[in-house]
Amino acid sequence: MKQAIKIGLIGGVVEILLSLIGMVEAFSQRDIVAHIISMGHTLLFIVALFMGYLAAKRTPRTGSLQILSNSFISGLIVGGLVSLLVIVGSLINLRKVFVNAMPVLYELLTFKQGTQIGVFLLLGAGALSGALAGLFFLSPKLIRRVLLISLGSIVGAGVLQDLLRPTFALWGPLAIINEWLFTANGLTIQGAIGLFLLISAFSLFWFRKGAAIQTGFQQLPPAPQRILKMTGILILVFILLILPRVLGLFLSEVLTIVGLYVLLGLGLNIVVGYAGLLDLGYVAFFAIGSYTVAVLTSPELGFFSLSFWQALPLVIVMGVFSGVLLGTPVLKMRGDYLAIATLGFGEIIRILVLSDFLRPWLGGAQGIGKIPKAFIGGFEFAGPQQIYYLILAGCLLVIFISLRLRDSRLGRAWMAVREDEDVAQAMGINLVATKLLAFATGAGFSALSGAIFASKLGSVYPHSFNVMISINIVCVIIVGGMGNIPGVIVGAIALVGLPELLREFAEYRLFVYGAALVAMMLLRPEGLWPEAVHRRELHEEEGDGEGSESPPESKPD
Amino acid sequence: MALLEIENVHTYYGHIHALKGVSLDVDRGEIVTLIGANGAGKSTMLKTASGLLRPRRGSIRLEGEDLTRYRPHEIVSKGVVQVPEGRRIFGRLTVRENLEMGAFTITDPRQIESNLERVFGLFPRLRERQKQVGGTLSGGEQQMLATGRALMANPSVLLMDEPSMGLAPVLVDIIFDTIRQLHADGTTILLVEQNARMALQVASRGYVLQSGAVVLSDTAETLRQNETVRKAYLGES
Repeated sequence: MKQAIKIGLIGGVVEILLSLIGMVEAFSQRDIVAHIISMGHTLLFIVALFMGYLAAKRTPRTGSLQILSNSFISGLIVGGLVSLLVIVGSLINLRKVFVNAMPVLYELLTFKQGTQIGVFLLLGAGALSGALAGLFFLSPKLIRRVLLISLGSIVGAGVLQDLLRPTFALWGPLAIINEWLFTANGLTIQGAIGLFLLISAFSLFWFRKGAAIQTGFQQLPPAPQRILKMTGILILVFILLILPRVLGLFLSEVLTIVGLYVLLGLGLNIVVGYAGLLDLGYVAFFAIGSYTVAVLTSPELGFFSLSFWQALPLVIVMGVFSGVLLGTPVLKMRGDYLAIATLGFGEIIRILVLSDFLRPWLGGAQGIGKIPKAFIGGFEFAGPQQIYYLILAGCLLVIFISLRLRDSRLGRAWMAVREDEDVAQAMGINLVATKLLAFATGAGFSALSGAIFASKLGSVYPHSFNVMISINIVCVIIVGGMGNIPGVIVGAIALVGLPELLREFAEYRLFVYGAALVAMMLLRPEGLWPEAVHRRELHEEEGDGEGSESPPESKPD
Repeated sequence: MALLEIENVHTYYGHIHALKGVSLDVDRGEIVTLIGANGAGKSTMLKTASGLLRPRRGSIRLEGEDLTRYRPHEIVSKGVVQVPEGRRIFGRLTVRENLEMGAFTITDPRQIESNLERVFGLFPRLRERQKQVGGTLSGGEQQMLATGRALMANPSVLLMDEPSMGLAPVLVDIIFDTIRQLHADGTTILLVEQNARMALQVASRGYVLQSGAVVLSDTAETLRQNETVRKAYLGES
C-alpha cells in the first residue's frame, strides 16, 4: 500500500514533468493510431502502465486482490497528480515559470473535455491503466510476452511511420499494404488491429514452437545443419548488400552513421569490454585516423596526394602507434584514474589539431577539405548509398578480427586482466604487452573508422572530435552489452540510429537519451545483449540452476 | 644445493626498509613455513620471491638461476607460482575457466588436460563444480580453487600466502589436509601463515620473521618446543 502510493507519486511527478517541459504536447503532433491516440497520450499511458506494473511487482503479499488494488491505487495517484496540475493550471497562470503550460497542454491532458469532466476522465484513465497493468502482471508469462511484443510493435510502427511509409511506397506490392496500414498521420484502425493480430499470432507461434524448432534444428545431422546455417548467413549477407537500395538515401545515411559507430564501438569493446581498461579519450584515435587520411590525400595542403587506399595502411599504422603511445604512460593506472588520464589524451589531440601552431599542417579551426573519395576501379564511394559498402566491409573485417582475438590466447589474457590485474600477472601474463596490445588494436579500429568518416564527409574539422563522441561510444557498448559483438551492434542502433530517425523531436533527444540510460542502468545493467561473463556478475541471484550452494533439486527452474 | 635459495634479500617500500637481509632456503619436496606477526614481512617476502617487488640487494635463486632479473610473468614460467593472499579467484569465471587461466604459461593442450586431471584428482569438489561461477563457491572451495589454479602452471615451488585466512576452523583443517596431500604428491611449498600451530604441524622446517629479519630458524619440531615461539606465536604460556 505504502509502496503503491510512493510509486504512484513518482509516476505522477514524472508525468507532470513530461507535460511541463512540452514533451507531451510536441509528441501529440503525431498520432500512433489516427484520430484515436497520439504519441503524447501514449507516452503518458506508458508511464502510468509502467508504474502500475511496478506497484504490482513490489507488492509483498501474493494475493491477486492485493496486487490489483495496489496497481489500481498507483494508477489513480498518477491520474490524480496530473489532474492536480490541470486544476492548478486552470486557476493560476503557470506560464510565467513554465513556458509550456499553455492551454493546448490542458486540452490535451483533459482529452478536450474541459476541466471538470477532464479531471474525472484523467482519474479514470489513471486508475484504468493501473488496473490494466495489474491484470497484465497477473496474467501468464506467455500472454505477457505476446502482448508486450504486439503492443510494442504498434507503438514502434506509429513512431517510425515517417520512415516506413516512404520505404513501403517505393515497392509496388508493398504500396498497397502502405495504404491499408497508414494514414497521413498514424496507423489506420484496421491497420493497427491487423498488425496487432499478426504480431500476436506470430509471437505466440514462436514462443510455443520456437524451442521445439530449435531443438529440432539441433537434432538434425551436421550436414543439413550446416547447409541451413549457410543459407541463413547467405540470406543475411544478401539483405545487407541490397539494404541501401531498399532504404533510399536518408536511411542509408543513417545506416552509415550507425555503421561508423559500430566500428568505433567494436574497437572500444576490445579495450573496455575485453581488457577492462576504461578509455574515455577514444575519440582521439578517430581524429588521428581522420586527420591522417586528410593530410595524406587532400590536395588542399599539397604535401601528399595519395589515394584513399594508399593512405589506409598508413592510417592503421598511425592508429596502432598512437594507441601504444597513449598506452605506455597509463600502464600503471587503473579504473577511475585511467579514465581521467585517457579523457585528457582525447582533449589534447583535439586541441592540438585546433591550434594555430599546427595550422600549416593540420588546417587549424578551418579544418582540411577536398579529401578525395575512395575508388575501386570505376566505382566511386560517393554518397551514403555507396559508402555504406565501405563501412560494411570494415565492420565485417573488424567483427572477424574481434571474434578471432576473443578466442585466442591474447583474448584470454585480456579477460584475466579485466577480471583481476594482479592475479593475471601471477598467472604468468605479461601485463605490459597485454595492455598495450589492447590499446593498439582498439586504436587501429578507431583509426579505420576515422579514415572512412573523413572520406565520407570530404573534410575534417576539429570540432567533429569532441569528448561527447567518446562518451557516446562508451554508452553504446554499455547499453548494448559490454564485451559482446552483437550487443555493440544493437547498442549502436539503439543509441545512434534511433535518435537520427527521430530528428523532428530533436529538442528532447538528449533528455530521452539520458532518461533511457538511467532506466537501462536500473532495469538492465548488463546491457541489451550481454556477454555471458558480464551477465553472471549482475544476475548472480537468479543463477541458472547451478550458481548457488543449494542442491539442484531445490531449484524449480 | 637447495631448490629455492633466498640470500640476504633487502626490500623497500619507498623509504621503508621492509626486509632487512632475509635468507632462507627450500629443498625439493619440502614444506617450509614462514611464521611471524602482522607486518613482520612475510607477505613482502613472497611478493619479492614472485617478482612483484624488486629487492634492492640480495639474490633469489631457483636451481641456481637468479630470478631477480626476471619480470613477474617470466618468474611464473620459471616455475615459482604463488597462491595469492585472500585467494583472489576470478569471481565471474567458472571453476574450469579459473583453472584454465592458471595454465596460461602452458601451451601444450595435452599438458593442460593432464594438469586438470591432477587438480581434479586432488580436489574432487572442483570437478563437481567445474561449471559453477567462482564467486559462488564457499571460502574453503575458493581456497582449493586458488591452489588448484596455481598447480595448473606446473610449479616447481608453490608460494602459499595465508591459505587459512578468514576460514572457519573446520575449513582450516581441510585446507591443511590438502597441503599435506600436496606434500605427499611431491610438491615443494613455501608456506606463509599466521596460524603458526597448524603451519608447524605440516612443515618440516620453519623460519620466524620479526620486523623484516629472520630471528629463528630450525626444524618445525624444535620450533614447536621453543619457549619464545610457544609464547609469542602459539599462544601458550
